[in-house]
Amino acid sequence: MTHLAVISAGLSVPSSTRLLADRLTAAVVAGVQEPVEVDVIELRPLAHALADNLLTGFASGELAEAIELVRRADALVVVTPVFSASYSGLFKTFFDVLEPDLLTGVPVLIGATAGSARHSLVLEHALRPLFSYLHATVVPTAVFAASEDFGEAGLESRIARAGGELAALLSGAPRRRARTLEDEFADPTPFEDLLRGA
Amino acid sequence: MQFGIFSVGDVTEDPTTGRTPTEHERIKAQVEIAKKAEEIGLDVFATGEHHNPPFIASNPTATLAYIGAQTEKIVLSTATTLITTTDPVLIAEDYAKIQHLTDGRVDLMMGRGNTGPVYPWFGKDIRDGIDLAIENYALLRRLWRQDVVDWEGRFRTPLQGYTSTPRPLDGVAPFVWHGSIRSPEIAEQAAYYGDGFFHNHIFWPASHTQQMVALYRRRFEHYGHGSADQAIVGLGGQFFMRRNSQDAVREFRPYFDNAPVYGHGPSLEDFTSQTPLTVGSPQEVLERTLGFREYVGDYQRQLFLVDHAGLPLKTVLEQLDLLGEILPDLRAGMAEGRPAHVPDAPTHASLVAAAGGAHDATIHAVDDVTGVSV
Repeated sequence: MTHLAVISAGLSVPSSTRLLADRLTAAVVAGVQEPVEVDVIELRPLAHALADNLLTGFASGELAEAIELVRRADALVVVTPVFSASYSGLFKTFFDVLEPDLLTGVPVLIGATAGSARHSLVLEHALRPLFSYLHATVVPTAVFAASEDFGEAGLESRIARAGGELAALLSGAPRRRARTLEDEFADPTPFEDLLRGA
Repeated sequence: MQFGIFSVGDVTEDPTTGRTPTEHERIKAQVEIAKKAEEIGLDVFATGEHHNPPFIASNPTATLAYIGAQTEKIVLSTATTLITTTDPVLIAEDYAKIQHLTDGRVDLMMGRGNTGPVYPWFGKDIRDGIDLAIENYALLRRLWRQDVVDWEGRFRTPLQGYTSTPRPLDGVAPFVWHGSIRSPEIAEQAAYYGDGFFHNHIFWPASHTQQMVALYRRRFEHYGHGSADQAIVGLGGQFFMRRNSQDAVREFRPYFDNAPVYGHGPSLEDFTSQTPLTVGSPQEVLERTLGFREYVGDYQRQLFLVDHAGLPLKTVLEQLDLLGEILPDLRAGMAEGRPAHVPDAPTHASLVAAAGGAHDATIHAVDDVTGVSV
């Protein structure tokens, strides 16, 4: 069983950001040989909890559950609307509150939506550097959809190519995870090693 | 089981009056609060250490010595001593001195601090935080336990033939706790040495506290200091009490809403359900506190944060009066069902007894002309 977490930062209902996320998800699932369990995380209902997390330092309730879904995911599909020439603040906040290294080595497919095609490079100048910083493995094809793209033929082929790239990563070598805080609790570094500065 | 209070020494505006105390008022208030703590029968008073506004918590040893001179029984402690940025040689000297001045009424809690610039201000790098805590404490232990120390590490000037003075009272070093909210390495450190482990507890959900304490207990047993339920555990706690629960909520809400740490975030109701903060009647505080054992096991030290967030001194002293009223029930409740093999928190007297009695550890220097000990 492969676990795929889908993160959508769309704010309206229905949301074109969620629509793109769903299309990308279907393309990934179609390319993976084994069964895929998909967890969709909408950030809109988590907005208050995210602001609280910034102030208190801990995740509560549904936000904590969402972070657990990311922790167990084998790959992510992440989609944001473009706000002021970048990802939305809500989208960024979710990744701000994850513990460091949680996404290290995790395959990620990035997508964005906007009213105008003039924002399309936001994927390359904002999202890709963010996930590179988080040490995720970002697939080469990122998918941007302006409103007009939903009426044109090219979007579907880009979705299929991107989904196929993420699926290929999932079918390849087993995923390598960085050592996380949870690993440290389960199997602590012996103190003699800490004393040696290991 | 010990009960006490811990203070971070914040100088915060009272949101209900708009008035901020002066440093002088706040410093004197902390002394009044400590004296009140002894008066109502608490066992421990601990002060924090900060090196920046809005705190009056620099130079904690002066504060503790001054309080020590005006009290008889209460144990003086820290919450926390910055083991990362304070020279361990100075910690060894300062706390051994207070040990002598207060006849052994002192212990310490090690912490790494929460203010980034403190590291560069004291010539350190915050990225070395864990490594500093480990190396500096290893040196501190040797300074208290070995009369003459040769030392070389990564972080401070080497020592050759160094003797830290005064030597610990009765030849026994102060007991040490290690405090950490979320760093398993610190729980591991406390377990390795068989020292105490303290979890701040008050700002995060109980599941985090439970996870850290469980790791410490498991590793305490692994390192051969006793069974897991004999490990030495301390917890923070936070309350606001009035005889009537609704009065407590009404009076505390503006302080909560504007508090430096969690203000302008979750509601008082959400935060009290997510964390150990209890705002209500003395009976509610009693019951909530007695419930802490359910997820950390029987433990040794319970410290409450009472003076913070701009609460006026008069209110803080009233809170302590109410705490004094439920203290007998807290003690009785914690003793109920407590297995006999669960130890109390170590004190100077118990450490001396464990060492086979007191012995004077004074080092007499050798006259460099005559070669005679003087």
